[in-house]
Amino acid sequence: MPTPHINHLFQTDLDFQKFLNHIPMGVFVTDRERRIICVNHGFEALTGFSSDQALGLPCRDILRSRQCMLHCPVKKAMETGESQSIETDIISRDRQRIPVRMTAAPLCDAHGNPRGFLETLEDLRPLKQLGEKQSKAFSFSSLIGRSPQMEKIFQILPVLAQSDASVLITGETGTGKDLVAEALHRSSERARGPFIKVNCGALPETLLESELFGHMKGAFTGAQENKPGRFRLAHGGTLFLTEIGDLPLSLQVKLLTFLDDRIIFPLGSTRGFPANVRIVAATHRNLEKMVQEKAFRQDLLFRLNVARVHLPPLREREDDVRLLLDHFLNAFNRQLKKSIRGYAPDALGILLAYSFEGNVRELRNIVEYAVNVCAGSTINTCHLPAYLTCPISGLETAQEKKPSVMLHQGNPEASWNTVERQMILNALIQAGGRKSKAAVLLGWGRSTLWRKIKQYGINA
Amino acid sequence: MDKILIPIYGQDIAPRFDLATEVVILIREVGNPTPEERMMVLPQASAEQLCHLILSDGIATLICGGIEEEYYQYLSWKKVAVLDSVMGPWQKASELFMEGRLRAGQCLHTRRMEGKDVS
Repeated sequence: MPTPHINHLFQTDLDFQKFLNHIPMGVFVTDRERRIICVNHGFEALTGFSSDQALGLPCRDILRSRQCMLHCPVKKAMETGESQSIETDIISRDRQRIPVRMTAAPLCDAHGNPRGFLETLEDLRPLKQLGEKQSKAFSFSSLIGRSPQMEKIFQILPVLAQSDASVLITGETGTGKDLVAEALHRSSERARGPFIKVNCGALPETLLESELFGHMKGAFTGAQENKPGRFRLAHGGTLFLTEIGDLPLSLQVKLLTFLDDRIIFPLGSTRGFPANVRIVAATHRNLEKMVQEKAFRQDLLFRLNVARVHLPPLREREDDVRLLLDHFLNAFNRQLKKSIRGYAPDALGILLAYSFEGNVRELRNIVEYAVNVCAGSTINTCHLPAYLTCPISGLETAQEKKPSVMLHQGNPEASWNTVERQMILNALIQAGGRKSKAAVLLGWGRSTLWRKIKQYGINA
Repeated sequence: MDKILIPIYGQDIAPRFDLATEVVILIREVGNPTPEERMMVLPQASAEQLCHLILSDGIATLICGGIEEEYYQYLSWKKVAVLDSVMGPWQKASELFMEGRLRAGQCLHTRRMEGKDVS
């Protein structure tokens, strides 16, 4: 193929290709039929198509721009004779969607007749990224995070929400499995249907079967009424089976049958009910290991594992700890009508260095505790639960210690109510049962202590 | 039975998967070399809806032009064979596929510049 040249601009001909290659953006030339005549290096880098691959082909097949399929700017430039500039996006050879500004200008001969078009592509990614950094909400439903791991999850969740496939959510306790399940339901087409949650580990086997699949009147002693079961209640919606790893083997078979046939048979009934239910299951257990140990059916795992979402533990989401600390501080500020502005450097250092075995739930509880305890405008180390600032060396030493107002053996997953109840008990023990002394220890008035004792049902 | 879906734009394979509003579904029966063709006009262009259609209709192979990585990975993960970046008339792509000669990235257009064949 002959090399294109620029004639009569200078006394000698100029190499047009070299000239194009020096331009730091994608440039290409098409003929009147919009077939590519020549491209520069910038174009090759942006689209991923080499010059050899692109030449002679319709530009829409190489460019793959949104505008190519909606309102071709070249067509408009041909009609008006004016250059056209438009913001759009292209899909590159390596399947990336790239925002670009496309400008098309007609190339006319000496008589003003258009012979072709010169088009430029400006990569808008740096500009868009700048904008996104300023305005991006790092969230999906009530989940938040800006770590790369969470960003991946935020990308896949909308896609999963649109499908009807079973989803298995795995992750340590406190990572937000329930939130993901609910977010999937809320973003799916089943959002108007019910979202029914069943904790497979919370009920004994016999009760769980009746709870899940329902029973008919007289199916067993005490079955005085027909009971619909959670599957039937979730008809047209989503059934969330949490702690699926704790599901007894006999019920695993029944669940397996449902996943195959989509029909449920309540206890004592010969007539099945076709339940239109999407199954979302979650567990903190390692199901693959349980399969090896014969504690979980492999075929059920395969059926549930159509789509899998693994939630990383908080210690692997370093970027997110600060974000979550601020998020929960704002949330509890609003909830408790406080005006705490932030964390003192020492307190922040302790929090950022802490491993959060209980993950986001533990972090949330720590912030809730600190916001409750803090009377000023900044959370200091003294407002953090004691187990963060005074690490416990062992269980025995903790037991030998005198009881204190602060919760020394704080359960990372305890809610504020549990913590407060424990604080009251500790204070009462320390005060030898005297409420006025306990109130002084807690820094409360006697009436507050009396009200709280009544609230928590403490027999003092 | 094998089902193949091609998003189309006129007589050509649609340059973009997410913007196609028309698809052709080829149904290949065992022992029948000529596939049954089923055209479908979509209410709107949507990659999510196309993915849903592909999965709910049991499509085994997708032949398309440009497709975003996200949808490519999702469909591949759902065991749908994706031949992307295929350019040219969809009829020709269908013929080549039936003969087992179609590859991802294949160009089925005749290369032309200012009306002259430059293939």
